[in-house]
Amino acid sequence: MKTTAYDCVQMARSTKRPTGTEFIEKVFSDFIELHGDRRFADDPAIVGGIATMCGTPFTVIATEKGTNTKDRVYRNFGAPNPEGYRKALRLMKQAEKFRRPIVCFVDTSGAFCGIGAEERGQGQAIAENILEMMTLKTPILSIVIGEGGSGGALALAVADEVWMLENAVYSVISPEGCASILWKNSNKAAEAAQSLKLTAEDIYGLGVVERIIPEKGDIHKIFGRLGTDIYSWYRRYMEYTDEELLEARYQRFRKIGIEIDEKGLNK
Amino acid sequence: MPINWIFKKSRNELEKGGRIPDAATQEEVEMTQTCPACGREVPLSEVWSNNFVCSCGHCFRMNARQRIDFLTDKDSFEELFGELYSTDVLDFPNYKEKLESICQSTGETEAVVCGTAKINGELCALFVMNPYFMMGSMGTVVGEKITRLFEYATESSLPVVGCTVSGGARMQEGILSLMQMAKTSGAVKRHSDAGNFYLVILTDPTTGGVTASFAMDGDIILAEPGATIGFAGARVIEQTVRKKLPAGFQKAEFLLSHGFIDKIVPRSEQKKVVSSLLELHHRRKRA
Repeated sequence: MKTTAYDCVQMARSTKRPTGTEFIEKVFSDFIELHGDRRFADDPAIVGGIATMCGTPFTVIATEKGTNTKDRVYRNFGAPNPEGYRKALRLMKQAEKFRRPIVCFVDTSGAFCGIGAEERGQGQAIAENILEMMTLKTPILSIVIGEGGSGGALALAVADEVWMLENAVYSVISPEGCASILWKNSNKAAEAAQSLKLTAEDIYGLGVVERIIPEKGDIHKIFGRLGTDIYSWYRRYMEYTDEELLEARYQRFRKIGIEIDEKGLNK
Repeated sequence: MPINWIFKKSRNELEKGGRIPDAATQEEVEMTQTCPACGREVPLSEVWSNNFVCSCGHCFRMNARQRIDFLTDKDSFEELFGELYSTDVLDFPNYKEKLESICQSTGETEAVVCGTAKINGELCALFVMNPYFMMGSMGTVVGEKITRLFEYATESSLPVVGCTVSGGARMQEGILSLMQMAKTSGAVKRHSDAGNFYLVILTDPTTGGVTASFAMDGDIILAEPGATIGFAGARVIEQTVRKKLPAGFQKAEFLLSHGFIDKIVPRSEQKKVVSSLLELHHRRKRA
């Protein structure tokens, strides 16, 4: 039977998948976690710090859904609050200062929809990350390892390259949310998932990600290969000057949209 | 067909789309719009003559053209990129039909109108979003037009004034809509890094992906009184936290007290405040 888009959504959400921290620890060495946004709190839904690969220090950031029930509650099921995004930005600015490449692992159903999150400026925090990441003078790679949920995912995915795992999804809205808004019926989520074009294959086809990472059955076996890929990515991007890097990043997003002819009109 | 049905329909169309008719018919003059704040039936003629504000202070929503007429100097607005239109890029169910009918009922091609204009003589690049075009949602064309406006303003060293109203990213264009948040932010950043001024006026409602990108990127962020401004929708939050939301939650006044906007400006003062701020941000050479 062919895998449907909604099958992919469910695979991406599976609690059997390795979480963000596991990716950091298995792909990199010597991870030192760094905490706090220096403004309000430390958000356990986002984990960040410094780790090494072949002796090179990287700044690594991941959304973390948690590994058991207790941990999942503690991690708010991987739904960050504004302080999580502010911590991530603090660590990314630190990376820029010390010229460390940045790797983000994204796995979140979205930024947390809560009272406190709004009081502390969820929209502003995401907006600031997106704005600042556009011009961070260090290479950024983001990898969607499970759920890429809307603005809450994008706030860690304004990068020079974005990769997706084979069974990850990336979407502007959850299929349930989409179905309930459009058809007033969240049971039509499978249909919505199909229409949203959120599978890795679809997203790649739309030119939004550069690479699909095959999972080949057992996702736990991909760490080694992923490390090699990340390192060769880093070697390639090391060659860029700051100007080249930022221009390429700008154009990467600039070209996403409707098809435009040479006169700047609809094709 | 009941007579009040016809009446209701024509009234909705007036509210929805339209521009203020040059000469309102007797029937239109007698129509009213219910104020959601005080409940009064406000005659349309009063709504139009009072910049769409009720005597209780409530700001009715305005379509993009109405707002441009209200905010800019007479005949100063020159539209840019108006020829771009949206297409059903993902083959999303019913999207094509929806676009067609909304274009017809509003007379617009997209949910944002861009151009240059003067505000009390101050030249600026201007974008105004339209709540009556798919709730001001941002798809690829809204993203493209706003990006182009910031690029144009960067090249011409012009300040940007933006009026936001949006339900967020347009889900019918999927991930491509989401990417517009990054695309527009890139252009805003370049405009800002070149030393140009960006002033944004948040109007009711400004939410989702627009709040989480260019709406919050202004050097100065103004808001209309009572406007709903937030990231997540109130209903979604209520379902998530299973608590009643506090009174005034996500209103402009709430954002002001939490430190996320600079100032709430009633419509009657907007033109003056915006033009003064534009004047204060004229590019100066260092002595």
